[in-house]
Amino acid sequence: MIQKIFGALVVLGFATLPFWMNDPYILGLLILAGIFIIAAISLNLLLGYTGQLSLGHVAFFGIGAYTSALLSSGFDVDLGFGTTLVVAPKPVWLSFLAGIVMAALFGWLVGRLAFRVRGAYFVILTVSFAQVMRLIALNWVDLTEGPMAINNIPAFTLWLPGLGVTTLTSKAQNYWLILAVAVISFVLVAHIVHSRVGRALIALRENEGLARSVGIPVTHYLVLSTIVAAAIAGASGGLYTHYVRIVDPDVFMFIYTVTMIIMVVTGGKGTLSGPVIGGLIFGLMPEVLRDYARPEVQWIIYGVAIVLIIMFVPNGIVPALEKIWLRISAFGARFLPERLRPRLS
Amino acid sequence: MDQFLQHLVNGVMLGSTYALLGIGLTLIFGIMRIVNFTHGEFYALGAYMTYMMVSLLGLNFFAAILLATVIGILIGALFEFVILRRLKTTDIDSVMIVMIGLWIAMQNTEQLIWGGVAKLIPSPFSQQPMVFGPVSISPLKIFVLAAAVLLLIVFHVLINHTRLGLAMRSTFQDRDVAALMGVNVGTIYTATFALGSGLAAVAGALLGPVFLVSPTMGDLASLKAFAIVILGGLGSTVGATIGGFAIALVEEFGAGYISADYRDAFSFLVIVAVLILKPQGLFTMKERVG
Amino acid sequence: MTFADNTIADMTPDSVIAPAAPIHASLEIKDIAVHIGGLVILERMSLSVPKGQIVSLIGPNGAGKTTAFNIITGYMKPTKGQVLFEGQDLIAMSPDEVAALGLVRTFQRTSIFAGCSVAENILTAMHLRGNASLWGSIFRLPSVAREEARLRAEVDNILAFVGLQGRAKEMAGSLAYGEQRLLGLAIALAARPKLLLLDEPAAGLNPSETGRFKELVRRIRDDGVTILLVEHDMHMVMSISDTVFVLNQGRIIASGPPAMVQNDPEVIKAYLGTGLKKRAQA
Repeated sequence: MIQKIFGALVVLGFATLPFWMNDPYILGLLILAGIFIIAAISLNLLLGYTGQLSLGHVAFFGIGAYTSALLSSGFDVDLGFGTTLVVAPKPVWLSFLAGIVMAALFGWLVGRLAFRVRGAYFVILTVSFAQVMRLIALNWVDLTEGPMAINNIPAFTLWLPGLGVTTLTSKAQNYWLILAVAVISFVLVAHIVHSRVGRALIALRENEGLARSVGIPVTHYLVLSTIVAAAIAGASGGLYTHYVRIVDPDVFMFIYTVTMIIMVVTGGKGTLSGPVIGGLIFGLMPEVLRDYARPEVQWIIYGVAIVLIIMFVPNGIVPALEKIWLRISAFGARFLPERLRPRLS
Repeated sequence: MDQFLQHLVNGVMLGSTYALLGIGLTLIFGIMRIVNFTHGEFYALGAYMTYMMVSLLGLNFFAAILLATVIGILIGALFEFVILRRLKTTDIDSVMIVMIGLWIAMQNTEQLIWGGVAKLIPSPFSQQPMVFGPVSISPLKIFVLAAAVLLLIVFHVLINHTRLGLAMRSTFQDRDVAALMGVNVGTIYTATFALGSGLAAVAGALLGPVFLVSPTMGDLASLKAFAIVILGGLGSTVGATIGGFAIALVEEFGAGYISADYRDAFSFLVIVAVLILKPQGLFTMKERVG
Repeated sequence: MTFADNTIADMTPDSVIAPAAPIHASLEIKDIAVHIGGLVILERMSLSVPKGQIVSLIGPNGAGKTTAFNIITGYMKPTKGQVLFEGQDLIAMSPDEVAALGLVRTFQRTSIFAGCSVAENILTAMHLRGNASLWGSIFRLPSVAREEARLRAEVDNILAFVGLQGRAKEMAGSLAYGEQRLLGLAIALAARPKLLLLDEPAAGLNPSETGRFKELVRRIRDDGVTILLVEHDMHMVMSISDTVFVLNQGRIIASGPPAMVQNDPEVIKAYLGTGLKKRAQA
């Protein structure tokens, strides 16, 4: 209960931020961090709760981004045999949803293929998948414009009560949209994790053989987890597309998967707020460092930070903070009269 | 037919160095169960060290390659001793992420020191290719092939006929039993990581003069090394050797007859194909990892 | 550890252990053969488990007992043979499908979800008792909420039955070994087995813990669950089993009531005459 109140306060704080800090630069930072946080939340479901290290997660982000970009801008592509597929531009909200669906579809595909193997082989397969997507985005120029990027992607156009159909132009408006999607993703994952489905996923992480013995169908839940994670990542890709309004094959870069993983693991995999904390730290850190150091140095600091965090706080920051909190409250409990002290059971 | 032989020869040369790369990774992966993302960076390190010593310090070409390999071995040992050994977690995911962190740090250090522009390593061999019928091959490549084959032989002797090799093989089969038999597993781990990284470094040192040296050269090397290990089966050095040649040939023929642009994608296709058809690799009876 | 005084039958209709409807549950294993890489692990192995009985499978180490369990519960495929449960052949099924039919097994080792609390372990094991879907869970539909409440209410009953009441919030990984074994049993019970396969449940337990386990097994049988037990502890086996099958080097060499099997010369030879006859007590 306390956690829910705390969470609501945090959301409120973030929601009112544009009013007391109307600096477009900071808003821009938070928007990009927010997009990554949503992707990290999705990865956490697959990595933290289901225990599968998928290193191809950026592929779903990219698929969502490209799908939404292509549909909202309209495209034509030569399918060979003299036929051309022409698609007129679709409304942004529809393209965004299509991006989610497309990402989910690929999640299903990858899930069915990749979960024939486990452990390190699974990791390698998922990395390869993302790399192949990048090569396709790069080389299928007819569809994706290749390295020349898809430009002039329309911004979000939403129907808002009282305002009618508006295009989100200001930073603050985009910020609120991303905050809303982030909160929805968080709550979605929280609901899943605390349900029968969530318990099945966790069981797969903890002890797959035992999970089977009590009737949990493994492949079904692994694929389900991948689909949901892919869909949410696709949503963050769609948000990226219509905020930045340019998409090129770099969205498939492995380094983005790495960033998401760092956010999840350093924040605390398998905790709900882990990806948020990790996302804020590693989403904002590059910008903070940017003024003081060259890009290479930033990355070196990134790399070293990862190694140090895993060496000293292997379960992540959130669990470490929880332990500290437990110690403090245990210490404080000594000063409470016997009746009021919290009990174990 | 002429083209075929040329591609074959190129593939064999490439394959001999790929085999070294693959063996290094299968050792580390097989014995230590670490998904080693720094493997490609040691490959790049080998190339950069050779470059630095030949171009900037004016050392003898062959000495530079040797020294680059030694440096690879030492830094590998250092990483294992200072970082890997001290990890409180043995969670495969967390170790993987540490390797990723090291990879990022290494690559960007290389970028910081030498910049992003590709470098050329001058070799003492003549540029004039030697021609044998339909096949032409430069003296440098003949040297690389000879050196790599020699190293492969040395390595196989090491792993099969020395006490160190025996200790490594037994640690691979069952770490706990090996420890009970008196094998110092910690030392073996250091030796394995050092040796494996050294093999990557020598592969890079040999191929550096053949291709160009750039900070991102390690990424593709890593992925190809993984393809080799998957193809050959985890922990199988014979499999990695054959896998190295196989991947190189697939690449050469694919680039030659299908598409040069997608040259590097062929390794990925091999990975997918093997994982779908025969996940345990072609040469191992062991069950798949995890 | 204390036992709850009430039997399982006293509890709510949706009770802990009783199978859904009385069927002539029986397990028939016919001519199972397992050949791996030239090794014969099981050969012409047949056994049958009548409904409502406790049947034990014993044999020296390496005889193939755990392999048999793996075959029955779908973790391994045999080279030949049939496994019939209530007339249905299980050979092609995966372990989760087998569990859905009512055959639940325990494991010799790592039999718990260590990173979860004791209560969460039981809730997870109750997977088959619920059917909350993804969408239902996301939107927290009332039917899903009701199902959750129902399941949570039963967790305490199950924990009480094995003697772990009051430990619900503790991390499963922090329990003592004997308690973890009890939790492993509770997990299997939570999955509502018609036939329970216990893989060396008393392994590593001291005599008093073993005695309690024996009592639990009896009570589970008394509540209508058929039991197939693999065990090395001969006291336990001989005192609670209705039928005993002896497996040696992949073959069944004897079967029958405990007293008969104890005196079978083949059995004694297989165990190298360790005084089996003298040590077993009723």
